[in-house]
Amino acid sequence: MSTVSDTAQAPPRRRWLSPINQRRWQNFRANRRGWWSLWLFLAFFVLTLGSEFIANDKPIMVSYQGELLFPAFVDYPESRFGGFLGAPDYRGDFMAEQIAANGWAIWPPVRFSYSTVDVFQPGSGAIAPTWMLSREEACQRYPLGVDDPNCNWSNYHWLGTDGQAHDVLARLLYGVRISILFGFTLTILSSVVGLVAGAVQGYFGGWLDLIAQRLIEIWTAIPALYLLLIISSVIAPTFWVLLGILLLFSWVTLVGIVRAEFLRGRNFEYIAAARALGVSNPTIMWRHLLPNAMVATLTFMPFILSGSVVTLTSLDLLGLGLEPGTPSLGDLLFQGKENLQAPWLGLTGFFAIAILMTLLVFIGEAVRDAFDPRKAFA
Amino acid sequence: MTAPLLSIRDLTIAFGANAATRNVSFDIAPGETLALVGESGSGKSVTALSVLKLLPPTARLSGQILFKGQDLVTAPPADLRAVRGNDISMIFQEPMSSLNPVHTIEHQIGEVLAIHRGLRTSAARARTLELLDAVGIPDPKSRLASFPHQLSGGQRQRVMIAMALANEPDLLIADEPTTALDVTVQAQILVLLKDLQKRLGMAMLFITHDLGIVKTIADRVCVMTEGEIVETGPVAPLFARPQHAYTRHLLAAEPRGTPPASDATAPVIVEVSDLKVWFPIKRGLLRRTIGHIRAVDGVDLTIRRGETLGVVGESGSGKSTLGYALLRLLPSKGRIVVLGNDLQTRSWKAMRPLRADLQIVFQDPFGSLSPRLSVDQIIGEGLAVHQPRLNTVERDARVVAALQEVGLPPAARFRYPHEFSGGQRQRIAIARALVLQPQFVVLDEPTSALDVSIQAQVVDLLRDLQQRHGLTYLFISHDLKVVRALANQLIVMRDGKIVEHGPAADIFAAPKSDYTKTLLAAVFDIATLTPVASP
Repeated sequence: MSTVSDTAQAPPRRRWLSPINQRRWQNFRANRRGWWSLWLFLAFFVLTLGSEFIANDKPIMVSYQGELLFPAFVDYPESRFGGFLGAPDYRGDFMAEQIAANGWAIWPPVRFSYSTVDVFQPGSGAIAPTWMLSREEACQRYPLGVDDPNCNWSNYHWLGTDGQAHDVLARLLYGVRISILFGFTLTILSSVVGLVAGAVQGYFGGWLDLIAQRLIEIWTAIPALYLLLIISSVIAPTFWVLLGILLLFSWVTLVGIVRAEFLRGRNFEYIAAARALGVSNPTIMWRHLLPNAMVATLTFMPFILSGSVVTLTSLDLLGLGLEPGTPSLGDLLFQGKENLQAPWLGLTGFFAIAILMTLLVFIGEAVRDAFDPRKAFA
Repeated sequence: MTAPLLSIRDLTIAFGANAATRNVSFDIAPGETLALVGESGSGKSVTALSVLKLLPPTARLSGQILFKGQDLVTAPPADLRAVRGNDISMIFQEPMSSLNPVHTIEHQIGEVLAIHRGLRTSAARARTLELLDAVGIPDPKSRLASFPHQLSGGQRQRVMIAMALANEPDLLIADEPTTALDVTVQAQILVLLKDLQKRLGMAMLFITHDLGIVKTIADRVCVMTEGEIVETGPVAPLFARPQHAYTRHLLAAEPRGTPPASDATAPVIVEVSDLKVWFPIKRGLLRRTIGHIRAVDGVDLTIRRGETLGVVGESGSGKSTLGYALLRLLPSKGRIVVLGNDLQTRSWKAMRPLRADLQIVFQDPFGSLSPRLSVDQIIGEGLAVHQPRLNTVERDARVVAALQEVGLPPAARFRYPHEFSGGQRQRIAIARALVLQPQFVVLDEPTSALDVSIQAQVVDLLRDLQQRHGLTYLFISHDLKVVRALANQLIVMRDGKIVEHGPAADIFAAPKSDYTKTLLAAVFDIATLTPVASP
């Protein structure tokens, strides 16, 4: 194959992104606010992904009789540590003594998980952040009072506690994590369903499009909230059930735009050229038309994500959301509403949601700028 | 010689760091027609717009534009407005978008009269009727209340001319006024302009890329390229003895050459009988079909191996629809036999194996290449469908071979379509069709979107490829000059039907039907046309 070696000079280093996408990336970075928001959001998200390392009622690592154990990830029976009961209470006196006598433990900086009830909290109900109290107040319930070694900063409630003596910081971390994960999953799933539905309608058009559009119109006319009320009274609303129910209604968001893009795109000459080449319909849709629709889709995604987070929060606030006891932003707001004397609950929830939404909207604006054809093709 | 009406001195227009024109100077005497000729991007339209200072605010002007002794470059806006539409008026290329679609004809013409002459109601109406009559709109009274969309392209351009003439300007700037029109309409408009100019004694700055028009309409020519005027002079001597290399290049660029003689014994590649493409017209609540638009209505044709069948006709004649229907990109009725296969009985899936032999090249090289795929992916796509067994190296070799075939370097395959010029993109589109080694190629106006000199190159390339590979072409075009250079058989279409059919040389030499005669006269001999406008 000498002819090939003659002509096949080394291809220029294939960039990861096509030139158009490189320019879009430049445009995105040029929007400083969006760029910083993206990093802050990613930082928060990664932080909450590691919630177990930050706020947990189990040590990350324990050395017990020369053996390395990881209680934060593995459920060890208490018999392992010389006890009798099922699950060990690492915060309890017995385990503390056992570990102190036979090795050491590495604890996360906050020794509460989202469901940990702090039996030593000063007083009942929601208690203010520990740093707002004097040391005497904060340590009053500990067995040895001010001198108790456990009344230290790792047992502090940095953002106070809620009505059930749960640590607010821990609940915030886990709650934000579940909100973002839920939002992401819902966004991706509804985008996929929306893309497929819109693509099929736009590409094939005709009766299929006509009927599907009418069905969607009827579907969107169903009041989703009432349906949720009814369904949640029948099925226990777990993460996946709730996701499924919300997905039933959220997929329609993208259908309109994607359908319009495909309707427009199917008349392009390069689509006719691909058809003349004998390229199959799914391939044409995937290779030639989807990239056109992706601009609209990606522009919408941050806004769908923020919408999903808000939806979950509002359902939790109404008590229709995730199972009781699950940490969530909506639950935090609900606690704030129930305990008006404890403003740290409402404020924490408010700021968490406000910051999250602001970051997502800023990112969304930057994405929109980046995909603006007047800028991307300028 | 009298003092010039318009005198442009050292005009330089820059957008940012790019100069669109450099030191452009020319004069127009009263009553004279000056043609500004150049290819796209030569700066001719920018020059025309600068005369009325209609450029976007980012443009920086230097030099002088003297109109009757007043420098328009430094003139205050109020003075400019007095000149615009009154002393100097302008006609644009696109009659579709230069009339406001929400106003009636009377309103649009009346506006110009009201602004510059203060004419109202009955006086304005009388003058409007007079103008519409002058530009040859039949029954002008009934047209007063029409909206632009109710007029044909040619009529719209006539209305534009009426608006431009409303105040009897001293100078008319015509920016490619006929480019968007069909040839026969184009000829009528040119005759009208020439006639009006004589009667009103106005000067005309005529911008065009079409040398044929220049020959018939202009007194003097300025040839522009890359923002500079390279040659100026009276039409006849300049065309006879071009001095500058670029002018010679431009004049030589008209598609030349003759198609190879057709072989009447060669096997038939395509046979079509009674082909019909009817689009239903649906009305009412239930969308019942009340009639059909007969885009292609009973067409019969045969094409033999190695032949080029030219399909000519004006817009709306159904020639592109015919090409699409032949490849079954549109549903149609009638028999289509290609290479011995009856296409109509095949499903979309069963068509696929045949598609490697039937290819198409489209008109718009900007729209027919996906902007998101590299050239390599674009050309290789067909190979992936039809020859999935090829490995990467073999496929790459085929893509490289196809690129070399159309005269592009192999390295071009790593680049994206937007990095190429129009002519190069059309070469890529041809390479995409050729990589599958088809036997029959439909060429749907492959040269219409290109500059003249590029057109000639593409025509040469197509002829060359045909000879090398024994290709059979269906060549669809409204440009008879290009068709003459390529086609050995010809059909003339009008309203979906074949008007005339036969060997191309015979039809060009002695057209039989009246329609073909008008069509040929409109292209090759504008001057002989009698004015269609009322005297």
